[in-house]
Amino acid sequence: MDVLREELDLTGTKYGCGEGSCRACTVLVDGRPVASCQLAIAKVQGKEVTTIEGLAAGDKLHAVQEAFVAENAMQCGYCTPGMVLTAVALLRTNPKPTRAQIVEWMNGNLCRCNNYSNILRAIERAAELTQEAPAK
Amino acid sequence: MSAERNPIELERYELEEKPRYRFSLSRRAFVQTVGAGLLITSFGKFGRAQERAGKGRAVAGRFLFDKDGIVMALTGKVELGQGARTQLSQAVAEELRVPLSQVRLIMGDTDSVPNDGGTYGSQTTPRTVPTVRQAAASARELVVELACEQWGVKPDSTAMRDGVIEHSDGRKMTLAELVAKVGDVGAALAGKTSERIELTPADAWRVLGKLEGKVAAIELVTGKHRFPSDIKRPDMLYGKVLRPPSFDAELVDLDSKAAESLEGVTVVRDGSFVGCTAPTTFQARKALEALVATARWNTKPHPSSSELFRVLKETANSGSGRDRPRGSEQGDVGAAMAAADKVVLASYEVPYIQHAPMEPRAAVAEWVDGKLTVWTGTQTPFNVRGELAEAFSISEENVRVIMPDAGGGFGGKHRGDAAVEAARLAKAVKRPVAVHWTREEEFTWAYFRPAGLLEVAAAIDNAGKVTAWDFTNYNSGGSALDCPYTFPNKRVKSQPCDSPLRQGSYRALAATANNFAREAFIDRLAAETSADPLAFRLAYLEDGQLKEVLNAVAKQFKWTERRQDKATDTGYGIACGTEKGSFIATCVEIHVNAPTKEIQVRRVCAAFECGAVQNPANLKSQIEGCLIMGLGAALFETIQFQDGRITTNNFKQYRVPRFKDVPEIDVVILNRPDLPSAGAGETPIIAIAPAIANALHHATGTPLQALPLTVS
Repeated sequence: MDVLREELDLTGTKYGCGEGSCRACTVLVDGRPVASCQLAIAKVQGKEVTTIEGLAAGDKLHAVQEAFVAENAMQCGYCTPGMVLTAVALLRTNPKPTRAQIVEWMNGNLCRCNNYSNILRAIERAAELTQEAPAK
Repeated sequence: MSAERNPIELERYELEEKPRYRFSLSRRAFVQTVGAGLLITSFGKFGRAQERAGKGRAVAGRFLFDKDGIVMALTGKVELGQGARTQLSQAVAEELRVPLSQVRLIMGDTDSVPNDGGTYGSQTTPRTVPTVRQAAASARELVVELACEQWGVKPDSTAMRDGVIEHSDGRKMTLAELVAKVGDVGAALAGKTSERIELTPADAWRVLGKLEGKVAAIELVTGKHRFPSDIKRPDMLYGKVLRPPSFDAELVDLDSKAAESLEGVTVVRDGSFVGCTAPTTFQARKALEALVATARWNTKPHPSSSELFRVLKETANSGSGRDRPRGSEQGDVGAAMAAADKVVLASYEVPYIQHAPMEPRAAVAEWVDGKLTVWTGTQTPFNVRGELAEAFSISEENVRVIMPDAGGGFGGKHRGDAAVEAARLAKAVKRPVAVHWTREEEFTWAYFRPAGLLEVAAAIDNAGKVTAWDFTNYNSGGSALDCPYTFPNKRVKSQPCDSPLRQGSYRALAATANNFAREAFIDRLAAETSADPLAFRLAYLEDGQLKEVLNAVAKQFKWTERRQDKATDTGYGIACGTEKGSFIATCVEIHVNAPTKEIQVRRVCAAFECGAVQNPANLKSQIEGCLIMGLGAALFETIQFQDGRITTNNFKQYRVPRFKDVPEIDVVILNRPDLPSAGAGETPIIAIAPAIANALHHATGTPLQALPLTVS
């Protein structure tokens, strides 16, 4: 996390607890969500790391980002990068999750503004968007 | 719009405390302090003029217009997720008659914005929105007058619509065109006041009152927004501060050689302050570990959380400043108690809890030619400016505080702790320094929502009527202390005590504690008099908004029908309350898992009224956020401490609500366009804890009197 934020200036990855229990620092390593505060740099050698900055294609938001905006699924927005990336990983492994499956998958991510209901709706909306226009 | 709907008592929004560190003065600083009387006369900068112009209809310093016709509105309010940026942008767009997309807000930069007061106490809606609307309406008329001067016509038949000035003869001018002709439109408006101000009534709103999304949402979902902890400056170093191992411990000895031998590390000592800087956080952490290893401390005894409520009661005192005992009595409580058929007594306990905003305290400080600039996450940038000026014995003229939109506050970011630390380190190393608190520092060295012991007594006569009410809050404060029920004799008191922990404001202040005790006790009284909890409340309330939200929530929740449900381990509870001019009533359905005693809140229904609704989408988020945050304080959250250390110092030990805890939520908003708007970010939190307690009482037959609630 320090390497991303301080050396690469990718500050979209946030510090929240330093012990992996809030998941604000989530990045995708080969598509899987990982708490980057718990991740040694040696462990990701030769692997693909996606941060929030790498999700949108230029000005075109990823479906999950679009759904978060549409559903007002953020208040202060500090947990948002981690939420979005965790949700992206969910929809890649399970494109049509039930509400219970979303809750189970997302439970490690904290939002202290407690905007959870909107975030759940956003993920459901993103699943619908993805099915209408399958990702290429 | 009429004046405020209710006088609002501003209570304890600031911590009244001495600075944590007393920095030594250099000779130069001493001369500056002595000469400050001369320095003060030399201001006259942009920001100062605006600060004085921050009230009422003044347009000066409130708006800038760029060449593309974008309106930049300046405000001392700040954004921490509560929605002020969007709401104030709407207010500007509404009254200036420009599209929302044409408005940008500059917030919380003490050198360029008016001081609109701190961002707390639900004050943005009732105070700052009207101020900004007045200014925007005034600016609109002045802009029209400016355009008419250009055309050489009278302004009577000219108006602004969707960002375009239109004359009845068909002539049109955009704001960008006006800027091209006039140059600095903001300056041209300065010092002028329009006589023709008319605020748009709520039923004619085009931007306010609409379901608006957040104005900065794209920056947030893409990770582009720079929070205070993301700010970087050229040549910036990362700083860490040596913390005592326990509260009040004094440093006896320290050998900083090992830390200083690390590459790029500087150790800074000034009185009781010890910190270090390094080129990376990793290196700064290593240096701090080296300091911790050699530091020797003199520790002091400190009460533990297990003896908290005894300590509070024993240390009840006369207080100081705003924190003096207060209360009121109507009728004769003593006589009514003596004459009662039955006296019911109970005491309630509310522990310390933490705001735990997602973003811990963070600051970047930079000194250039004796002037200090600090970027930090705070609800009170102007107060932090004062704090910094005091800490370094410099004039406020030489301090600029900038508050980038930050990651949550909830009443917890009223002080400039990290700002002072970063500034001290930066001063020593003569380079910009960032200080980012860890979650463990946040859980120990920030401040807490006050713990409270609440003692309540009521008298019931032989006809089953409540005749007296006696209510004392030890330590947590006086918000929502008054009892809204029409008992003939009432006495309420807020009693200051010696708080073992540093305490300050939290969402809704003591209204949560006072409402928890009052509303839980009301259910006791309903049970004592064999009344339904809803019927009992309605019988003792005068007609008005509190009754209206109670009736609304009962209807939506189907209270009467559900409360008949005799299923074991399931309970239904209701509670209500009012604070800061808004009204909340909440119903819950809970389930207790018999073998594990785990409590699950299955359903929450809330009815809320805050006058004319300005942003329905944000209001719903604020209400839901309050309900779930309040659910956390009701069921899990408690700060434990022993031997001067916080033992619940990260999310593994301090449980907060997660996705799995989120119940089915049904929110009813009673929009009242006929009433002025009240703030809404706090009051919806105050009824959820007692509603859950009352539902557990219903399910188990045992009244619960301590937060967090547990079933044995």
